[in-house]
Amino acid sequence: MALNLYDQQKKNIANTRVFIAGFVVLLAFLGLGADGMLYAGGASPGLPVATLGALCFGGFSAWWSLHGGDRAVLESAHARPLNPADPAERVLDNVVEEMAIAGGLPKPAVYVIPDSDPNAFATGSGPERASIAVTRGLIEKLNREELQGVVSHEMSHVRNYDIRLMTVVAALAGAILLLSDWGRRGLGFGARRRGSDDRGGGGAAVFLAAVWIVSIILAPIVAQVVSLAVSRQREYLADATGAELTRNPLALAAALQKIAAAVEPTPSIKQGIAHLCIEDPRGRAIEQKRGWFADLFATHPPIEDRIARLREMAYQG
Amino acid sequence: MAAIGGCLVILLVVAVFAAMWAIWRYNNLVSLRNQVANGWRQIDVQLKRRHDLIPNLVSAVKGEMQFEQDTLEKVIQARNSAVSARGVADAADKESALSQTLGRLFALAENYPNLKANENVKSLMEELSSTENRIGFARQFYNDIATRYNTAQQVFPDSYIAQTFKFQPVELFELKDEAERAVPKVDLNIRPSQ
Repeated sequence: MALNLYDQQKKNIANTRVFIAGFVVLLAFLGLGADGMLYAGGASPGLPVATLGALCFGGFSAWWSLHGGDRAVLESAHARPLNPADPAERVLDNVVEEMAIAGGLPKPAVYVIPDSDPNAFATGSGPERASIAVTRGLIEKLNREELQGVVSHEMSHVRNYDIRLMTVVAALAGAILLLSDWGRRGLGFGARRRGSDDRGGGGAAVFLAAVWIVSIILAPIVAQVVSLAVSRQREYLADATGAELTRNPLALAAALQKIAAAVEPTPSIKQGIAHLCIEDPRGRAIEQKRGWFADLFATHPPIEDRIARLREMAYQG
Repeated sequence: MAAIGGCLVILLVVAVFAAMWAIWRYNNLVSLRNQVANGWRQIDVQLKRRHDLIPNLVSAVKGEMQFEQDTLEKVIQARNSAVSARGVADAADKESALSQTLGRLFALAENYPNLKANENVKSLMEELSSTENRIGFARQFYNDIATRYNTAQQVFPDSYIAQTFKFQPVELFELKDEAERAVPKVDLNIRPSQ
């Protein structure tokens, strides 16, 4: 399928909307089920308290992580502010400035992670509040053009509001995990009470309750799979818009090849922020596998696919 | 009576929607126009940065590059005439002349290992080549945003808003110099992949 750069951007944005809508539906469904149980338990039907509560809880945790989540992420990766006196880091600073100009954005804060494995990530809540962090290994292993490619990829995460999206998605997935946990505990309580006071609902009610119980158990897994899918879509998009900034997709392809060749994991970067990085920092084999299972649980698309798409862009001009 | 009233309500609703649409599209054009102006100023900021850096670099390399006085003088001359350029077309010509003399200076500096080892010269070189990149990217951004602005004025039905409120298409930045266009950018910096 030969998609040009602009088509890829459009397709990715459309896919992402579907994912976010799915999350909201999942939250609402968890709440609705709880409301249904309450009514079946004898509460008078009024406001769907649990549904509203679930949506508010999701909204609040998203808001909370947008105000301060970036600092937590940078701290957990041991990132330090860039040192302009160091010539190599000065080059990084210049490259970030160049890419900010190319994207017409304010220059994000630049951080360096003292780690020899090449990797990079962006975080923040939008172009006005964004940070780009790069490992020391990346600065040392890549030449200027390749560094530009990687920074253009990270700048695209900023420009496409991926950093905001991924922060919100992670917060929603966390909220779903917590709610389904509460739901399971509540379920045990409800079942005990029903045992003493059995009024017997219709067959449909029993069926709905069964569906809800199953969905409470599956919700965290679904949330995880969906947030990983969002992450993968966004990687392709950032590769494409990064190429739009530098007009040099081959430099990013070359950088990805070097990053893939450095197989060691990035110990400074914790599991929780793997989805933010330009390439999975865990050095796991799953990222390079194919098939539906690997596709479901990888934070990043296979790196050869990304390199192939970048090369395709180069030939299309 | 009821029928006439119904028609009036429908007409009113249509008029309100049309007005809201017009305001929305008008604001879109204004926002693009401001972005275009800002993009243009960004180019100026970077050109100014280049003008400020060049005298520092020339004085830093002067001692080593005694045999290249001619090139150094040309760089300074090109820089001074670019600083005093009047008007957009004049500035574009002189800036591209300056780019060419600078490129020549960079190429010659490769022959002086002492220069390449000098931290001060190295950092000035980095700042200048970054500035060259910034000028290029600022122009690229200007062209992108200007193209969007021009397209927004031409597409139907926004073209009516653009005509009514006298939005003017803006010129894109083009390389005027045939020589500069003919020379492909060659980067000798690429190391073989490890």
